[in-house]
Amino acid sequence: MIQTALAIGGVGLSAWAVATFPRSVLVFLLFQASLVFVYLARIPRWLRAGLLALALLVLMPLLGHFNGYYLEVATQVGIFVALALGLNIVVGLAGLLDLGYVAFFAVGAYSWAIFGSPHANLIFGGGFPLAAGWFYLFLLVGLLIGAGTGILLGLPVLRLRGDYLAIVTLGFGEVIRVLANNLDKPINITNGPKGITPIARPPVPFEVPYAEAFYFLVLLIAATVVLVNRWLEDSHIGRAWEAIREDELAAQAMGVPLVRTKLLAFACGASFAGIMGVVFAAKQVFISPESFTFLESIGVLAMVILGGMGSIPGAIVGATVVTVLNLQVLKGFSLWLNELKNAGVVVLGYNLADLPTQLEPAKYERMIFGAILVLMMIFRPQGIFPVRRRARELGER
Amino acid sequence: MSALFEARGITKRFGGLTALHGVDFSLDAGIASIIGPNGAGKTTLFNIFTGLYGADEGAVTFRDHALLGLRPDRITALGICRTFQNIRLFANMTAFENVLVGMHARVSLGLLDVLVRGPRFRHTEGVLHARASALLERVGLLRQANEVARNLPYGDQRRLEIARALASEPSLLLLDEPTAGMTGGEAGSLMGLLRALVADLGLAVILIEHNMRVVMEVSDRVTVLDHGERIAEGSPQEVQADTRVIEAYLGTRHSGGLRRRRAER
Repeated sequence: MIQTALAIGGVGLSAWAVATFPRSVLVFLLFQASLVFVYLARIPRWLRAGLLALALLVLMPLLGHFNGYYLEVATQVGIFVALALGLNIVVGLAGLLDLGYVAFFAVGAYSWAIFGSPHANLIFGGGFPLAAGWFYLFLLVGLLIGAGTGILLGLPVLRLRGDYLAIVTLGFGEVIRVLANNLDKPINITNGPKGITPIARPPVPFEVPYAEAFYFLVLLIAATVVLVNRWLEDSHIGRAWEAIREDELAAQAMGVPLVRTKLLAFACGASFAGIMGVVFAAKQVFISPESFTFLESIGVLAMVILGGMGSIPGAIVGATVVTVLNLQVLKGFSLWLNELKNAGVVVLGYNLADLPTQLEPAKYERMIFGAILVLMMIFRPQGIFPVRRRARELGER
Repeated sequence: MSALFEARGITKRFGGLTALHGVDFSLDAGIASIIGPNGAGKTTLFNIFTGLYGADEGAVTFRDHALLGLRPDRITALGICRTFQNIRLFANMTAFENVLVGMHARVSLGLLDVLVRGPRFRHTEGVLHARASALLERVGLLRQANEVARNLPYGDQRRLEIARALASEPSLLLLDEPTAGMTGGEAGSLMGLLRALVADLGLAVILIEHNMRVVMEVSDRVTVLDHGERIAEGSPQEVQADTRVIEAYLGTRHSGGLRRRRAER
């Protein structure tokens, strides 16, 4: 009973607080924390589902009216949730360490960027960009191209494991980025480092503003990805992936065809990235190779590991935590320190205004992020929401 | 009529070492044991039978299918499954899930079935779950179904490996030292289970075993390997009386009370 009251009250109050103090990052974090509480609380299933649906479908878009940036954050979180879940299949379930995952995201993004902008005229002569309505078909195209690229990567690396596989996938990720950077000659396919713009946005029904439209689109895709993940995990396919992770040789001796099962993992994981790439291209209107660096791959991997390898709620929370940390918490923190500095606050007899520029708070952001990762791995190596089985494995040490 | 399972002239070299030299083996029904000193090539033979190794010479046929060159999962699908000498369970999956993975070759669902999750999928999963429960019950592990494999006691892990192998509905089961590390009582009850399986399912079994009492008690035929060569084949009594076997396998010491000298590799 108490938990039910706390869950309802927490979501309601924090939402009200966000509406009242739309500029406070802390209050928005409180709202997010209330959603995690709803997920964990011992309340009836229908209430949990209802509260989460209410928060994501109604409250979040409403809060976007008070502070548009929050909706942007939520949309980004949704994109990364789908990416983290895709990578979770490859790394968490099948145990195939992939350090070049963002390549599939890039392939999806470029597929719509090229055909959804006037850029394609340079390749095919005329008739582009495609009508905005094609965007929805390209979601499917992105999915298929992502899956195809996943298989393409999978084929040569099937015999590799662990460290070797990681290096090859790292190289693959770089190859895709370098290709995007250099395929402006002899035929201009990607427009090189200048990137492609303007990329068409999809037509939206009922004249919903773009920010809300993208939020709902990303939410819909992310929810589908969650569902598909759960279904895959709870099937002979998911079990075969886990068996390969545990003992490849024994899995094969028990009748699991290694080649097909591994390729399926690569294809499934990559297809989620491909579809989100299409959405990303349309949302950003402009894309360039800069968006698909090695650091992005590592970022998604950090989400999976931070959340708990192989765990779906883990990947969701990991993606949220990392995205919110990067977009809000660390930025907010350095802004706050900057304000202190500009105001000339004196700490222990030292005037912060005298701080040399090398020590500007904004320069610490990545360091703090790194420190958080290090501390997490030391004190909670199994991740935030580990799979139960995995928790036992690590808890024994 | 050709035998259910037949291997002829199997030769396997690892670099300069000839691990197996022209070994013949055949089995129609019942339990056949392969014995021999450590390093005689018994496990290598199993690895060739199940497709984990290729052979340099020879042929293996199972129900008129040529096995050499087939992938391990294809061989499993044909109806041969095995356990491992050094237990190779899926350590972080539950006992139940381990058995479910064993059924992989018998699942006729595709990716689309999983994504649609229609009645066909639900029916199949239901059947799989029921069969997994039945198998676990058969080996006496139903209560531990949701226990993670790595947390099971040693003897239970050995039995779980057998259940997992049985899950693929084999007609030929290869057991690599299933009683290793078991007490006499445990080994006895495991052999009881094995005999019941042979009787109930018409299962043929090839057994690698060091425990001579078990071998002599349970086997219909015994094959003796030494240094990669077959030095004897026959009923347990015949093999026990064979002078070459006594020399090669038992040494020149008296024949009773044999022990494994050392865990094989």
